[in-house]
Amino acid sequence: MSKSLRVKTSKFIDETTRVSFKFNGSNYYGYKGDTLASALIANGIHLVGRSFKYHRPRGIMTAGSEEPNAIVQLNNNSARSEPNVRATEVEIYDGLEASSQNCWPSVNFDIGGINNFLSPLLPAGFYYKTFMWPASFWEKYEYFIRKSAGLGKSPTESDPDIYDHKYIHCDVLVIGGGISGIIAAKTAAKNGLDTLLIDEKPNLGGSTIFQNSDHHKINNQTSSSWLEKEISEIESLENLQVKTRTSAAAFHGYNFVLARENLTDHLSLEDRKNKVRQRLLKIRAKKVITATGSLERPMIFNNNDRPGILLSSAVKKYVDFYGVACGTSNVLFTNNDSAYETALSLFKKGIQIKAIIDIRENATSKIIDEIESHGIKIYKSYTIVDTEGYKKINKISIMQLSKDGQSVVGSKINLDCDCLGVSGGWTPAVHLFTQSGGKLKFREEDHVFVPNTYPSKQISIGSCNGEFELDEILKLVPLQIKNFLDVEKTDYENLSVEVSKNLSKRNIWLLPSDKVIGKTKPFVDFQNDATAKDIKLALREGFRSIEHVKRYTTTGMGTDQGKLGNMHALGIIAETAGVKMGELGTTTFRPPYTPLSFGTIVGRNVGEYFDIFRRTPMHDWHVKNNAEFENVGQWKRAWYYPINGENMHQAVQRESKAARESAGILDASTLGKIDIQGTDASEFLNRVYTNAWSKLEIGKCRYGLMLHEDGMVYDDGVTTRLDENHYIMTTTTGGAANVMGKLEDYLQTEWPELDVYLTSVTDHYATISVCGPNSKKIVSKVIPDLDFSDESFPHMSFKNSKIGNIKCRVMRISFTGEHSYEINIQASFGKSVWEKCMEAGKEFNITPYGTETMHLLRAEKGFIIVGQDTDATMTPIDLQMDWIVSKKKYDFIGKRSLYRSDTIREDRKQLVGLLTDDPQIVLEEGAQIVEDVNKKPIEMLGHVTSSYYSPNLNKSIALGVVRGGKNMMGKKLFIPMENKIISVTVADPVFLDKENKRLHA
Amino acid sequence: MFVINCPYCGEREQSEFKAGGEAHIVRPKQPTELSDDEWAEYLFMRKNIKGIQYERWNHAHGCRKWFNMVRDTSNDEIKAVYKMGEKPPTI
Repeated sequence: MSKSLRVKTSKFIDETTRVSFKFNGSNYYGYKGDTLASALIANGIHLVGRSFKYHRPRGIMTAGSEEPNAIVQLNNNSARSEPNVRATEVEIYDGLEASSQNCWPSVNFDIGGINNFLSPLLPAGFYYKTFMWPASFWEKYEYFIRKSAGLGKSPTESDPDIYDHKYIHCDVLVIGGGISGIIAAKTAAKNGLDTLLIDEKPNLGGSTIFQNSDHHKINNQTSSSWLEKEISEIESLENLQVKTRTSAAAFHGYNFVLARENLTDHLSLEDRKNKVRQRLLKIRAKKVITATGSLERPMIFNNNDRPGILLSSAVKKYVDFYGVACGTSNVLFTNNDSAYETALSLFKKGIQIKAIIDIRENATSKIIDEIESHGIKIYKSYTIVDTEGYKKINKISIMQLSKDGQSVVGSKINLDCDCLGVSGGWTPAVHLFTQSGGKLKFREEDHVFVPNTYPSKQISIGSCNGEFELDEILKLVPLQIKNFLDVEKTDYENLSVEVSKNLSKRNIWLLPSDKVIGKTKPFVDFQNDATAKDIKLALREGFRSIEHVKRYTTTGMGTDQGKLGNMHALGIIAETAGVKMGELGTTTFRPPYTPLSFGTIVGRNVGEYFDIFRRTPMHDWHVKNNAEFENVGQWKRAWYYPINGENMHQAVQRESKAARESAGILDASTLGKIDIQGTDASEFLNRVYTNAWSKLEIGKCRYGLMLHEDGMVYDDGVTTRLDENHYIMTTTTGGAANVMGKLEDYLQTEWPELDVYLTSVTDHYATISVCGPNSKKIVSKVIPDLDFSDESFPHMSFKNSKIGNIKCRVMRISFTGEHSYEINIQASFGKSVWEKCMEAGKEFNITPYGTETMHLLRAEKGFIIVGQDTDATMTPIDLQMDWIVSKKKYDFIGKRSLYRSDTIREDRKQLVGLLTDDPQIVLEEGAQIVEDVNKKPIEMLGHVTSSYYSPNLNKSIALGVVRGGKNMMGKKLFIPMENKIISVTVADPVFLDKENKRLHA
Repeated sequence: MFVINCPYCGEREQSEFKAGGEAHIVRPKQPTELSDDEWAEYLFMRKNIKGIQYERWNHAHGCRKWFNMVRDTSNDEIKAVYKMGEKPPTI
């Protein structure tokens, strides 16, 4: 069978290299250069898939990336499985396995095909209308809908291929390597501009490269041989880079273009090994020339979707480029001259053309004359009213069109055929142009949207700009490029061009049938099974906006984004609603132009490289000592250190007890550290913290709270005065970068007169915090030269010292309420000093603790964690931290906001302690707090922000925010949970050591 | 994605920058003397113009400098960039 459909040898196909592949489990072969689509057609296969909604048999319709029907699953049941691939773009290779989608048990016998007979019951919006009631049944419906929805199957294993990203900067980017693109790229390169030319196909030349008709001549050569010579010169042009198999996916503002370069998909599995599969190119071009060509339109008539119905241009490409006949008995159906070119190509290869149906009344041109002279029957002013053939077209019925084209007259003529080529004219491929923000205008005379205004330095040329004929293109394009690139010379002026087509076209968006529209199936969106009927229904139901009609009928919402049918949808809407196309506008074309796989989008940022993470200098020690980690911003922080199979609760209880009873050690290196210097440093701190800083002595530390200008707590931390004009500020781990940014903002924009310099030193120091009653003994062993006596080194003070020869800073500060010290040392010595502390602490059972224990210990003391006990609605007054807000300072960031009418309300949410009446019950963080469980509707007073079981107090403790909580001390409140109501008593948030005796113990 | 001409570093990708909202809103020198309404005006009220807008930007992943930009929000065209403290150009 296959040989008979292979016609005269094509030079684009290497018939000496046979390639074998599998389709739906059977073995076939094609030749090197074939796409899956051309190889299947050569094997007589048109039925490739089933449609989305009605499961109608569908075949190959196009020869390019606009294909709506022939979408297949590649390499099913393997890690490289890929759904929704267009058979028209897949280059076959040895070992390729492809299968049909959306059918069960097989494409030839598909149970879902029953939907086709039920289709009168499945109008637009069927799912919306049907599955709404009763609402509680949705979960049951959903299961079945999800099962029957979706085309391909996602792979279940992770993608084993390698993907890459690459930045390219160039003077000129040319998108599309057809005749216009080649002229543009060569002109740019010859004028010394650094140029990149990309094309989605494996070869350059667009449709001209296989246009070998005598009717298209450039300088007295066939247009294809002229172009071939032009392409052969490209290699010698140094500053012209060409990337084929590279599809522009998105065109963003400022000439930023994303393109996918396909590197290995056409190679055999063996040849792909260790190669990058696809590369996402991030191209920034000074100028962009879009030469993306145009897409042929189908025509909208009854049963226009059967396998064997193709675009006329596709029939031509299959025969001229791939050397494959789509049928042995062909009919062409057209509203313009393009189909006659196809007829000529078929005729020259000796393939039967049964008839040409032309809806125009009296079209004349040189090419029509030639076709007539070959004795091919042309039915003028006729239209197709129906087609037959379930799995492949076998018959069409035609009737004469009425004068106005709105109905049919006369008697029906039936014609047998096995292939129907359809041409409804051409649509400029303006997708990329509009993505970039370009605005279109509607050209009334031939019903096309063409580029109108450009948002950046770019131009559309050739048929994507609405110039469809070769003579027009060659006359216009060289001049446009010269002007756009502002260059002196182009080699392409004054070419002599011969063409034989006439541009006349008769546009009828929806062709009439002898049946009423309700009894017909004129498909507009082939992939999503939206018919002209559905669009009319949507309009009847009151939808007017084109965007709404699109969503209601799903027109244009498939993987092909309606590349074929969108114009017809617009035309039918405009016609039915009685508005002008230009006023109706188009739906938005969104990137990507053709689907991108996730692998291409993420590139190398997979697995552990998905997001960067930061490690402290002691990280390896934590790993070695069995720590579990938690993510805090980008940091990996030790969370807890389980021993002997402890769970988190057990480990945290042990760590917390050890820290209070003897000694604990914490890696605090992740805290943000900002070095502040300058003669106005003290004044600066005065303005950014709520408390006073001018009188802080050198060598002393102070805790500070930072507010937003709206009075809400933003960050906190201890800042130490190292010298007269030198401070070191600590911030929360997660807030470090934002604090730095905010301080810089005020310094640069509000107070440029202040002499202050900020440097982030977070990564420069390792910070080791040793706490507990034995902490002093331990640090004295590690730094024996330093006087740790309380008189010389009291709480909230700092000393410079040395460990060996290495300088360090020691602060006596505490976040646990225990007597504790923080050693800051150059990061590279962090791990060895940590180990020294462990060694020195051995006799005191020094216990490493993680962030969870740190949180528990500070909660026992009622210390807040910004971001856990606060959100962006808590003032220091709400936190009952009035003591830290200076009354004397004239101004600081956020001060004025602390007495706005809203912030002084008594019934704001305020931070309080919560004690469960049953001390063994630990509350859930986030649980809601109420006063009266019987009141309807139930009134939420606030929620639990921190909650732990304290091993040092042997009871459950919690912090929470409660409306008016400040005045509720001792009051009973309730926390309703799923199965029980927990009663709690409002308490002082400081649960342990209210007198701070332990700090000095 | 814009290409932004940082007044200190030159042209860089937008991903290096952080937008900082409307420009030329001066923090009142004596906030305590303002009424709630006057303070709210400074604190909350921002313009959101379709057209020419004066904005603050920060070269966050570069020189860390704040600067001003005049941008047409209808088409994202950047009309001018200038340093903090410099007089805004009239567009």
